[in-house]
Amino acid sequence: MITVTVDGRDVEVAEGTTVLEAAKKLGINIPTLCHDDRLKPYGACRLCVVEIAGMRKPVTSCTTPATDNMIVKTQSERLYRLRRTAVELLLSDHPNDCMTCIGTGDCRLQELAYQYGIRENRFAGEMRDHHRIDKNPFVVRQQNKCVMCGLCVRVCEEVQGVGAIGFAERGFEAKVIPPFGKDLDCEFCGQCVSVCPTGALSGAIWAGKARMEGVEKTDTTCTYCGCGCNLTLSSNGDQVIRVTSDANNHNRGWLCVKGRFGFDFINSPERLTRPMIRREKGGTLERVSWDEALDFVAERFTKIKKESGADAIGGLCSARCTNEENYIFQKMMRAAIGTNNIDHCARY
Amino acid sequence: MSNEIVVNVCMGTGGIAAGGSQVMEAFISELEAAGVENATVKEKCRLHKVGCRGFCARDVLVDITINGNVSTYQYIQADMVPKLVKEHVVGGKPVSDWLVGEDYHTFHDNQTKIVLADLGKIDPESIDEYLAVDGYKAAQKVLDTMSPADVIQTIKDSGLRGRGGGGFPTGVKWSFCAANDSDQYYIICNADEGDPGAFMDRSIIEGNPHAVIEGMIIGAYAIGASVGYIYIRAEYPLAVDRLNMALKQAKEKGYLGENLFGSGFNLQIKVKLGAGAFVCGEETALIASIEGERGMPRAKPPFPANKGLWGKPTIINNVETFANIPQILNKGADWFASIGSEKSKGTKVIALTGKIRNTGLIEIPMGMPLKDIIFNVGGGIEGDKLFKAVQTGGPSGGCIPQQHIDLPVDYEGLASVGSMMGSGGMVVLDETDCMVNISKFFLEFTQAESCGKCVPCRLGTKRLLEILTRIVDGEGREGDIELLQELAEDVRDSSLCGLGMSAPNPVLSTIKYFRHEYEAHIKQKKCPSKVCNKLLTFFIREDMCIGCGMCARACSVKAISGQVKQPHKIDNSVCIKCGACFDACKFSAVLKE
Amino acid sequence: MAGLAAKFGSGAMTNSVKEIAENDALFVIGSNTTENHPIIGLRMKEAVANGARLIVADPRKIPLVKHATLWLRHRPGTDAVLLNSIMNVILAEGLEDKAFIDSRTEGYEEFVKSLETFTPEYGEEKTGVPAEDIKKAARIYAEAKNAGIYYAMGITQHVMGTNNVNAVGNLAMLTGNVGKRAAGVNPLRGQNNVQGACDMGGLPNVYPGYQNVEDPAVKEKFEKAWNTELPAKAGLKATEMTGAMIDGTLKGLYVFGENPALSDPNTSHSVKAFKNLEFLVVQDIFMTETAALADVVLPGVSFAEKDGTFTSSERRVQRVRKAVNPPGQAQSDLDIINQIYQRIDGGNKDDVLDPAMVFDEVASLWPAIAGINYERIEKCGIQWPCPDEKHPGTEFLFAESFNRKDGKALFTPVPFVASDELPDKEYPYVLTTGRELFHYHTGTMTRRSSGLNAIAPEAFVEVNPADAEILGVADGQKLTVSSRRGQIKVKAKVSNIVPQNVVFIPFHYREAAANLLTSDAMDPVCKIMEAKVCAVRLEK
Repeated sequence: MITVTVDGRDVEVAEGTTVLEAAKKLGINIPTLCHDDRLKPYGACRLCVVEIAGMRKPVTSCTTPATDNMIVKTQSERLYRLRRTAVELLLSDHPNDCMTCIGTGDCRLQELAYQYGIRENRFAGEMRDHHRIDKNPFVVRQQNKCVMCGLCVRVCEEVQGVGAIGFAERGFEAKVIPPFGKDLDCEFCGQCVSVCPTGALSGAIWAGKARMEGVEKTDTTCTYCGCGCNLTLSSNGDQVIRVTSDANNHNRGWLCVKGRFGFDFINSPERLTRPMIRREKGGTLERVSWDEALDFVAERFTKIKKESGADAIGGLCSARCTNEENYIFQKMMRAAIGTNNIDHCARY
Repeated sequence: MSNEIVVNVCMGTGGIAAGGSQVMEAFISELEAAGVENATVKEKCRLHKVGCRGFCARDVLVDITINGNVSTYQYIQADMVPKLVKEHVVGGKPVSDWLVGEDYHTFHDNQTKIVLADLGKIDPESIDEYLAVDGYKAAQKVLDTMSPADVIQTIKDSGLRGRGGGGFPTGVKWSFCAANDSDQYYIICNADEGDPGAFMDRSIIEGNPHAVIEGMIIGAYAIGASVGYIYIRAEYPLAVDRLNMALKQAKEKGYLGENLFGSGFNLQIKVKLGAGAFVCGEETALIASIEGERGMPRAKPPFPANKGLWGKPTIINNVETFANIPQILNKGADWFASIGSEKSKGTKVIALTGKIRNTGLIEIPMGMPLKDIIFNVGGGIEGDKLFKAVQTGGPSGGCIPQQHIDLPVDYEGLASVGSMMGSGGMVVLDETDCMVNISKFFLEFTQAESCGKCVPCRLGTKRLLEILTRIVDGEGREGDIELLQELAEDVRDSSLCGLGMSAPNPVLSTIKYFRHEYEAHIKQKKCPSKVCNKLLTFFIREDMCIGCGMCARACSVKAISGQVKQPHKIDNSVCIKCGACFDACKFSAVLKE
Repeated sequence: MAGLAAKFGSGAMTNSVKEIAENDALFVIGSNTTENHPIIGLRMKEAVANGARLIVADPRKIPLVKHATLWLRHRPGTDAVLLNSIMNVILAEGLEDKAFIDSRTEGYEEFVKSLETFTPEYGEEKTGVPAEDIKKAARIYAEAKNAGIYYAMGITQHVMGTNNVNAVGNLAMLTGNVGKRAAGVNPLRGQNNVQGACDMGGLPNVYPGYQNVEDPAVKEKFEKAWNTELPAKAGLKATEMTGAMIDGTLKGLYVFGENPALSDPNTSHSVKAFKNLEFLVVQDIFMTETAALADVVLPGVSFAEKDGTFTSSERRVQRVRKAVNPPGQAQSDLDIINQIYQRIDGGNKDDVLDPAMVFDEVASLWPAIAGINYERIEKCGIQWPCPDEKHPGTEFLFAESFNRKDGKALFTPVPFVASDELPDKEYPYVLTTGRELFHYHTGTMTRRSSGLNAIAPEAFVEVNPADAEILGVADGQKLTVSSRRGQIKVKAKVSNIVPQNVVFIPFHYREAAANLLTSDAMDPVCKIMEAKVCAVRLEK
């Protein structure tokens, strides 16, 4: 263990800890835009600059390993000026259409602009002008809003192992694009969307739905495969409008295309909404009341049990449904019907 | 050797561009023809292609040496060869009209050559010629008799510092790398020379590739690397060819590959072509590029010496640094340390360009005063105009004004006035150069070459450039100088790599030394050097105009009118100040103010 | 499941997902992990990035192959031979873990004898994998400090599925790679709550917590808890039910949240069975292929409209929470089942059941989750076994002993068994089925999700370019694929993903249902159907 002094307070950290992590351990918040604990340090946004005793220039705390007896300052006029300039530069090449931007309220750049009180921009000048609309059905790319933090590129490479996007061009023209600037063609896991600090990347099916007003968030577990990813469903009224996942979960906030973008079946117009019965073989299914349907089921099962015995009845429970439902189902089959003919489709 | 006849033809890129290949062919056929009749020519005359000796402006340069007497010819073309062969090679009488003048000798005599010593003398495509000038002797000595620690100590003692720009002590860097515990170490030669107008590394590789390879062998042994890379720009085809040729020859001789010089030490060197990104000269970006990634710098630490290529300890040195190594081992650390200034030892190769009479490649001892370089070696300002400033260190260096003309040129000296050594470019500016415009010119380059990774460099240089552009366009605002200064400082202090950190240097140094020029542009809307067209008014002097109409034809907006053989007139309400008329007029009748 | 349970005493993933990143070697066989378990796939990629060596055994060039140290392209249906010959090499080279074998296993001698014929050369002949690669795999796996095996339906959906699972278990035991951190034998669960459905007694032979229905003491325990008499004999497995429906002995069926009419192999056979039922109840959220055949269709709710718990592949019990109201009159499945329960037999008194109380009831009957309750899993799920409320849950199983009566794991000799239906002159291609990234199971949900259906709108058959040339078919052209059981028309996707003579069709698409073709030949122990190998013919 080594001891580091940050803003006059000592903290013990393991060797290899970055200055940013050491400060975080003390509850000292250093602004960042391109940093994510789950990815390798990158050092592009330069917002996390700090002053270290004995070093001539400010250094980025995200990339600098703490050393024993290091003395770090996270706040000074000089640092404030460097950070403010960086934010102001970013805003000088940003559409600033926060009124209608999907990212509003969930945007690091917006937050920083507010914190640094940037209204007039001393550096107003040429802005990037990307018109291309990506035709993929999942991810909306608004490149004018990209701050080139590289989080999307890195998550795609480091975590997803896909490398579907990369940097192209140089200088002011530098940008993030799929190969040859074509449409995005990848696994569409949306990891890039989840780490984007602005509205540059967003989910296509989120667009135009409620942003904050009336939105409720519910933590739950994904309904697809057996990975058991934790999800947060954002809903507005009875409509699920967005799926996200918290970075502190055991799946670390990562999801796949189905978990992240495959939720509009919930509000599908094809959903079954009324019980239906077919009164005789060959007849049609007709809508009935719950009472009639449930009575019908109970009567028919009771009849079969009476005529042919309990083992003439079987039940398939569900690998999709909850533990509680499966428990009650098998309990009913065993205790009420009286058969062990219970299985589920895990074998398929 | 004394009664030999040797004909050297300069076959560097400069020489070839000036017609060197044709000259060479002409010599081959002429000498063959002459040899049929003259036994001496047939038996004794050796035709020889050599690398660049630095004075590229005079190419094709040809040396004819008879009995040890060297005569050097300049501006030689193929059609001049028959006369040279007939009169000098066969006849023994130099063609005095074509010989170089006194200035050629002044140019060379004021230099101290270590790295360039054999350039222009040996055939770069022949390992035997390199061996004849003690080539690979140092490597052999190192492998036979020295421990890696001894080698590092020698380099430390010599005081050699990295010639690529940073000036970090080479021996210290090597010792950092060797101190790591690793299963693999790498040695990389950075030959990604990207500064506009710089051709030091190219000339060294074209003229003496084996010296670089030998330096790498010694370095690899010192740190324990078994794999080396030479990262070289693909835009240097001749250098790449000669390098590959040299690597092949060295391997055939057993100086590369397995069991070098029978010592049990292994080293293979691979050539990796760069794709023309300026930022790949930055060592971490260069590493990323070798790894197959986009050439973007990575944050340091970790430094490459600890975690470099593929995460292994890696030494990256510049071409010139490696080329110094064999000499240091041959002649000793003390010898090397005796050359140069207190903290900067040895020599520096410099590409001297701009408004200077002797444009070319020079090598001077560290610490030589700026004025000696410009007025002795360089022969002074072209056209006897007034010296204004010199930009050193490439596009991200700084401008040094007249007042610092006595400055010793070494790492400390240049840094003390806000510039840097860089890789050794020197662009001389005279009274007709506008410093605001020069600063804009360099920013255009660095902005275009920014990799786009970090915010201050990507956007900061863009905004600096925009402000400079509006100043030279006459749209400068009150407060722009302060804004430039503030932004330039922020970009310098918070950029990720050397490119961004140094890109503001031209802005800062020109504001520091030539603030009045900025003020003239902004306040008086005037360009004192009459360079910035948008701030000028064009008019035609009636007494000088002969009415040829060239200017009117050149004008794309039809702002010039006049009868044939009558003085013409410019309508300033239409003129877009492009300057085409000024360039078109052969009688200096178009003036700008 | 049954195979693993017989060897270790329990059939779940022995280790946790996050431990994957700590593996030194990974052996992935019969699992297209990155497409079917994408987030587990991420951990595998992380392990590789951390320096682990990855062996992928799959006839298809699945996406994970890109990250693999070694790819074994064995013929479909030869998994056990491959594994056996790897173990033969381990023994021949003395790479086995003798201490582990001595102290923690039984049945070793007989098992060693059974491996004698499985030389790498024999392995090469049967599997098509070069003997050299078999040796390499053996060394990578056996020499690693911590090696994990990961498998899924590619191992189990075969007539010799139980054998395959036994071979997998044998390999881990032979090298001591089970019962410790970051190693183990890990079946990856294809659906969100397969683990939970099994845990909760959704099986014909066990009550909740794998308590044998035929054990009188167990029966008595549940009779007391449920206050009723219970049947003494184990019931029919799902695959056996199909037969019982055909022959008329099974007359009534209650299907809840499943779509067997599309997911069952040899679909036409099972549809016939459903039609033969006297009474079929289907409870689902969409009008599935199975619901369309039902006498009663009950509208249940989706995961977003209910409270409860799911148990993930790594035995983690996690909360499911209601975010929105169900559409129309759709009702909580728990309440629907309970109301039927009430109408048949009094059931629980309340109309509306509190899921937390139901969970507590299960916890009182199964000691392994006795320490779990809703309060404890409010923020983060807990992995069973968790015997009391102080227990943090269990990341990996069998640290001390196995769940068999003497605490030892059992080596099981695995003979060579060929697939039931091998290609012949009439049906010269091997068909293997599976999922693709963008869809899930029978597509009930994903095909109603706009983006997913837009990106993957239709079925395809993967055909090797060499086969495509023989067939004269170009990418995108339609092919008729037929087996002894059925026929579908489907677009050809010419690709090197499949080897020559093997074709692949995803089973998500009702309009080109792969399971019309597959065989309902069953594993004799598990009664799992052979969805992964059957013989087909391709025609333009």
